[in-house]
Amino acid sequence: MRPPLLALLMLLLCAILAPWIIPGDPLAGSADALLAPLQSGHTLGTDDLGRDMLAMLLHGSRVSLMVGLASSACALLVGVLAGAVAGWHGGWVDALVMRIAEFFQTLPRFVLALIVIALAGPGIGKVIIVIAVLAWPQTARVVRAEIGALRQAAFVDAARLAGMPDWLIVLREVLPQIAGPVLVLAALDVATAILLEAGLGFFGLGDPNLASWGAMLNQAQQYLRAAWWMSVFPGLAIGLTVLLFNLLGDAVAQHLDPRGR
Amino acid sequence: MSLLSYTLRRLLHAIPLLLAVAVLNFCLIAAAPGDPVTALIGDFPAPAEYVAKMRQDYGLDQPLPVRLGRYLQHLASLDLGYSFANRMPVSTLVAARLGATLKLTGTALAVAAVLGVALGLLAARLGGWVDRLVRFGATLSYAMPEFWLGQLLILAFAIGLGWLPSQGAAPLRGAAAGWAGFVEGLRYLLLPASALALRYLALIARITRARAVEVLRADYVLAARARGASETRVLLDHVLRNAAPSVITVIGYNAGLLLAGSALTETVFGWPGIGRLLFDSIAARDTPTMLAILLMVSASVVIANLLTDVLHRLLDRRVA
Repeated sequence: MRPPLLALLMLLLCAILAPWIIPGDPLAGSADALLAPLQSGHTLGTDDLGRDMLAMLLHGSRVSLMVGLASSACALLVGVLAGAVAGWHGGWVDALVMRIAEFFQTLPRFVLALIVIALAGPGIGKVIIVIAVLAWPQTARVVRAEIGALRQAAFVDAARLAGMPDWLIVLREVLPQIAGPVLVLAALDVATAILLEAGLGFFGLGDPNLASWGAMLNQAQQYLRAAWWMSVFPGLAIGLTVLLFNLLGDAVAQHLDPRGR
Repeated sequence: MSLLSYTLRRLLHAIPLLLAVAVLNFCLIAAAPGDPVTALIGDFPAPAEYVAKMRQDYGLDQPLPVRLGRYLQHLASLDLGYSFANRMPVSTLVAARLGATLKLTGTALAVAAVLGVALGLLAARLGGWVDRLVRFGATLSYAMPEFWLGQLLILAFAIGLGWLPSQGAAPLRGAAAGWAGFVEGLRYLLLPASALALRYLALIARITRARAVEVLRADYVLAARARGASETRVLLDHVLRNAAPSVITVIGYNAGLLLAGSALTETVFGWPGIGRLLFDSIAARDTPTMLAILLMVSASVVIANLLTDVLHRLLDRRVA
C-alpha cells in the first residue's frame, strides 16, 4: 500500500502548492508558441498560445484531484447512507433503494454526464455532483450486502442489550467492520472520476477559466502534427494519476484479503 | 424455470427501466435552459401573440404530464424529434451514423474478447513472468484514457511512421470496390478499434485470469488431468467453460464503457459515428440530437444487460 500512497501524497502536495511552485496565471499566453520541450527554459515546451506546459499541468492537477476526491467523497457519503439504511431496515425500504440504485447503474455514466454538463453549463461543482450522483450505487450495494450479513451478529445483539440506539450501533459497531471494502471502492471511484472529468474536458466541457488535463488534450488534437508534447504530457499525467489510485485500491483490497497476504 | 420464462421475466424487468430512462430524458429536456420557441425566433422582435401561437402549435403550453405522455407516444413510434441544427429528423441523422459505430464497437468488442480471454488463460496457465507481464499490462492499460491512447497511436503510426490514415472511416474520394475497398477499410479501422479495445481488453484479461486461476485449482481439473486429458482439452473444456459465465458478465455489464469509449475514440479519429455526432451536437447545442443519443445509449445498455443475464443463465444452469 505504501508506494502508491506516498506518490499520491506527493501529487496532492504539488497540487496544493501549485500557486507557490509556479506562480502566476498558467492560462496567460505569450509570444513563445509551440516551443518543443527544453527550449528556452520551458521544460515541457509551450502550447499553441505560448503557455508553459509544465505550469498548466501542475495547475491542472488541482482540478483533476479536486473533482476525483470530492465526487468520490460525496458518492461515499450517499452510498454508505443509502446502503446502511437499506441493509439495516430490509423489507420495502431495501427493495426501493436497490431499485433506485439499479436504475442509476444502468445509466451510461459518461454520456449522461456529458449531456447534463452541456445543458447546465460547465463548472467544477456541477461536475462533482453529476459524477457523485452516478457513482453512489456501487458503494450502496456493497454496504447493504455487508450490513445485511452483520445485522444478526452477536456483537450487534450485545450492543442492543446494552441499550444502544440503532443508529449508534450502525455508526459505532457495524460501519467500522466494513470500512475496508468501502475504502477500496472509494479509491477506484476517484480513478473513474478523474477519467470522466478528463473526458468532459476533452469534449470541451471543462471550466474555460481553469487549466485542466482533459482540456489540454482537446487542444492537442488540432496540433498533433506540430506539437507531440501537447498530447503526450497531459495524457501521461492522467494515466499516471488514475493508475496510482487503481493501485492504491488493489493494495488495500489485497491487504484485507486474508488469502492474499 | 425454463430459459424462455426466465428471458420473459428479465424482459418484464427491463421495461420499467427503459421507461424510467425515457422519463429522465424528458425531465432533462424540460429542465434545459431556454425555450425552444425563443431559440427558433432568435433575436427577431416577434409579437407576443405570435410567440403564444407558436407555443400553442408546438404544444408547449400544455401541462408537463400531458407533454410527457405525448413524448412517450412519439418514442413508441420511433420518432426521436427534429434536429433544427441539421434540419432533418433525428432518427434519419442517427440511422446514417449507426453503421459506422456498430462497425467500430463490434470490432473492438471482438478483438477485446478474443485477445482478453486468450491472454487471461495464458497468464493463469503459465504463471511466472507471463502472468506478471499480463497483470502489469492490464493494470497499465486500464488506467489509460482511450482518447489519449488514440492520439498516441496517431502520433506513432499515422504521423511518425506514416503507415495508416488518422482521420475518417474511408478515403475522401470514396471507397474502392471489392477486395481492395475492404482492405482499405481495415486500414482505417485498425487504429480507432485498437484504441477503443485496449481498456476493455484489460478488464476481460483480468477477470479471465482470476477465474481461470480458481478453476485450475479445482478437483475436477485434477481429475481430468488424471484421466489423461490433454492440456488444450483441460483449458477449453473445463477452465474456459467454468470461467465463461463470469467473463460474459464482465463483458456485458461493461457495455456502457465501450459506448462511452466509442464517443471519445470517434472524436479523436473523426470517425463518422454516433459518438462524433454527439460531439458535434454538443458543440452546436443541438438538444434533440443529444437526448436521442442518450436514450439510445441507455437502451443499448439495458438490452446488453438483459442479453448478458440470459447468456449467463444459458451457460450456468445453477442461476435461478
